[in-house]
This record gives sequence, structure tokens and C-alpha cells, in this order.
Amino acid sequence: MRKIKEFVIEKLILICGLASIFFVILIFIFLAKEGIAVFKSVSPFNFLFGKSWYPISEPPQLGILPLILGSLLVTLGAAVISVPIGIACAVYIAEIAPQKVKEILKSGIELLAAIPSVVLGFIGMVTLVPWVKSIFHLPTGLTALSGSIMLAFMAMPTIVSIAEDALYSVPKNYKEGALALGATHWQTIYRVLLPAASSGIVAAVMLGIGRVIGETMAVMMITGNSAIIPHTILQPVRTLTATIAAEMGEVVVGSEHYFALFAIGIVLFVISFAINVTADLFLHKRR
Amino acid sequence: MKRNPQRTQKIAFFFLLLATLLIIVPVGLIIVIIIQKGLPAINWQFLTDMPRQGMRAGGIFPAIVGTVYLVLGAISFALPIGLLAAVYLSEYARANILTRLIKLSIVNLAGVPSVVYGLFGLALFVVFFKFGASILSGSLTLGLMILPIIITSSVEALESVPQSFREVSLSLGASKWQTIRNIVLPNAVPGIITGTILGVGRAAGETAPILFTVAAFYLPQLPSSIFDQAMALPYHLYVISTQVPNVDEKIRYGTALVLLFMVLSVNLVAVIIRYKFRKLKKW
Repeated sequence: MRKIKEFVIEKLILICGLASIFFVILIFIFLAKEGIAVFKSVSPFNFLFGKSWYPISEPPQLGILPLILGSLLVTLGAAVISVPIGIACAVYIAEIAPQKVKEILKSGIELLAAIPSVVLGFIGMVTLVPWVKSIFHLPTGLTALSGSIMLAFMAMPTIVSIAEDALYSVPKNYKEGALALGATHWQTIYRVLLPAASSGIVAAVMLGIGRVIGETMAVMMITGNSAIIPHTILQPVRTLTATIAAEMGEVVVGSEHYFALFAIGIVLFVISFAINVTADLFLHKRR
Repeated sequence: MKRNPQRTQKIAFFFLLLATLLIIVPVGLIIVIIIQKGLPAINWQFLTDMPRQGMRAGGIFPAIVGTVYLVLGAISFALPIGLLAAVYLSEYARANILTRLIKLSIVNLAGVPSVVYGLFGLALFVVFFKFGASILSGSLTLGLMILPIIITSSVEALESVPQSFREVSLSLGASKWQTIRNIVLPNAVPGIITGTILGVGRAAGETAPILFTVAAFYLPQLPSSIFDQAMALPYHLYVISTQVPNVDEKIRYGTALVLLFMVLSVNLVAVIIRYKFRKLKKW
């Protein structure tokens, strides 16, 4: 009797162990099931590189290039801000801060990671957006730049914590060796620790960027949501994620527009899949 | 001018400190602003009353209740599966391709954008299973989203139980499952609770996954079953700050404060548990 019970339990454990694989496949199947239907009315090429997104005009124009460029612009902006600051902060926490300060800084970073994105979006709306508007004398502060700045703050916790981990796991004798040869602390950091931790830092940056591309609520609230191809970072843009979030509520299930939003979901899924697998490879290279 | 390594170091360290402050100071400011401007809105009526006049007055009670229901639903789905998956990974899995695939899937689940979870929840739970936009659909979607958090932290907790504990139990004649249930799991409980609570915090704050699976724009009544739509705090904050004009600023900040307070206090509890048990650890 006990044998049977244990057999059942162990099989249950195995099934749950496999559940993650099952869910990833399930997500892909359901996105594909709903999304592929859009290619009956628009070719994959025209979908990805079509320059106009007017899903409710007749006939609908379903080109997501403006949305892809919107996502890229906001992500690039966020990366330019968050990567140097994030890595510098990771170095400071891992190498320079005294033990007590280190604990406080780490809690501060965890705090930032815990703030819901809709709250960050709200704060961005009431503080950052008016600033951007008045500093650059724009008709509206809802721009790609505002989105980039806010998203940089969402990428930073990921970048800082993973990069700090990478720096921390560099063998101590590397550092001791460099210092013993007469290098200053900064030379040791710059010439020894950073190169030794580089694959972990690359992974940190990739995962931070992955977080930014997938971010939805804050972006929708502060980038202005206009689906046109952006020419400067001071223009309103609309990202892939915001398009899904803003439009899915109003579409008819089974319409072309509905399928198109799922096809955007496939694009996002594939991007995040690629980023995470590559980042994982970098992380394992380290060990 | 000759390069002076000591001075270079001073300059470099100054910039590193500056970068750190550029992150930490805004975080502090965000918290302070929300507390300062949101606190005046908080009173008993705001927390326990229905929203009125198209959300321009009254309270946020149904949104708080909705969020609590969603989180409880998400946890009751994700915790059992996540815990057993963690047991598999830490106690049963061998170092082979299958295990590598499982770990890669978990990493991927953690990286899938939250709005894509929303799409998936819509396609599978709302449309395919015909649960409609309901607490059930929303909970399952959120549960799936926090599954990787629960698995990862539970695996870490289980693996930190020393191997010698298992060996002693097995050598006394206990079976593998008895060892897991009586020795490994009890010693890993604090870590598992911490991970679960972090998942709760994440689920409470997310908006995108519930947009199309459960969230009601304006529903001044409490849900009566798991097949009802419900309001939720993060979505409510989104709605009153972008969709409804002329909402008193105080109500917006008040809602943001309540949401922030819920999420941060949950995280604080997790930190305290982690800290306490790290001190108590017997090994």
C-alpha cells in the first residue's frame, strides 16, 4: 500500500517537474493558433515591415513596423541609460561600499524591483512627463524619451543584481594577485574583475533589456501611444506591448485585428525566448 | 601631465558612487512622493467604501478585495505545482538533457512578457475553456506567471538542506519520499515561504495579465463567485489615471499608496522571514 502511494506521489512530482516545459509549449501553441490566422489576409513580410498600423480602417492595414521601431527606440534609450549606470552601481555595491551601506543599497535595489509597473507609470505621468515637456518645450511630454527613462529604472534592478552576482563570483585570488602586483583597487576592478565577470555582465544586460522590451503598463501610460514611425526620441511612440494591452480590450474575438494582436504576441514571445536562451548560455559559460 | 593612478581611482570611484545615487535617490523620492501625497486620501471610508460617481468619489474596496482574491487564487494554483516541480529538480532530476530543458523552460517562463501571459490567458482560459473574463481565468494566468518565481526559490531552499540530513534519514531505513517529506521539506520551509510571498507581491502588482482575463473597468459590487469579473487594484490605478478624466489627484495618489503598501509590506514580510531563519539555521 505504501509502495503504491509513493509510486503515485513520485509520478506526480515528475509530472509537475515537466510542467514548465509543457507550459512553454502550451503558450506557444495558443499564441500560434490565434496569431497565424492573420497571415491569411496579410503576408508575414508585409506584417513585419508594413509601414502603417490602422487596424480598424476598412480594409485594415496591419503593418507593425512602426510598433517594432517604437519598441526598439524606447528599449535602446532605456539601455543607453540603464547599462552604464547599472554596471557602475553593481561595481560600487560589490567592491567599494562598506558592508552596512551594501546591505542598505541592496535593499534599495530590491525595493525598486518590487514597485509595480503601473505605479512607476503613474509616477512617470505626474512627474517625469511634465518635466520632459517643459525642458524640451514640447507640445506633449508623452514621448519615447520619457518611456526610456522610466524603463531604465525597471531594467536597473535586474542589471545590478545579476552583474553584482557575476562580480562577486570572480575567484578571490584574481583580485589578490592583481593587488599584490601593485595595481590600485580601480585598476584591479577595471583590468581584472570586469573582464573576468564579463559573460555574467553580458547576461545581466540582456536580461535587463528583455525586461524592458516586455514591459507594458508604464510604457503604455507615458509614451503617448501613437503608432507612427518615430524620427526623434522626443516624439510619442507606441510599442508592441502597449498595442496589445491598449487594443485587445476593444476587439471582436475572431476578427483580423484580434489575430493580428496575437501575431504581435508571437513576435514578443520569440524575442523574449531568444534573449533568455542567449543570456542563459552566457550565464552557464561562467560556471 | 603624468597619469596618476591614485587620482584616476578617486575620479572613477566618484562616478561609481554617482551612478549608485542616481538609482537610489529616485527610488527614495518615488516612495516619499507617493506617501506624502497619498496619505491624506487614506481613511476608513476610502478603504471600505464602493467607488461612486464614475470612480471620482468613494472608496476602492472592491478593487482591494478583487486583488486579494486573485492573489489567493494564483497561489493556490502555483504553489502545489511549483513546490512539486522544485522537489523534482532538487531531489530526483539527474544532470541530463531533460533537466537542462526544464531549467531552460523555467528561465523562459520567467522572461515571457506579462502582456503575453495576458494573451495566453485570454486564448486558453477565457475563450478555449470558456471560463469567460473571471476571477478563475485571472488567477490561473497570474499563477502561471509566478510559477517560475516559486520554483526557483523553492529549488534554492531545498538544495540548501545539507546532503548529510538525507543520508542519515535514508540510512535509518526511510524511503526516498519519507526522507523528502519528513526531513528535506520541513528544513526548507522558510525558503519556500519566502519565495511564495515574493510571488504574492508580484501577482498583486501586475496589471497586464489581468487586463483581458478578469479586470472590470467599473464594478461597484463584490464578486460572488470565481466566475465573476472583479476590479483589481493595479488596473483600477491605471483606469483612474489614464481613462477617466477629472479624477481628484488625491484619489489617484491614495490608490497608488494602497497598492504600493500592499506590495511592499508583502515583500518586507518575506525579507524578515528570510533574515530570521538565516539566523536560526542549524547548519
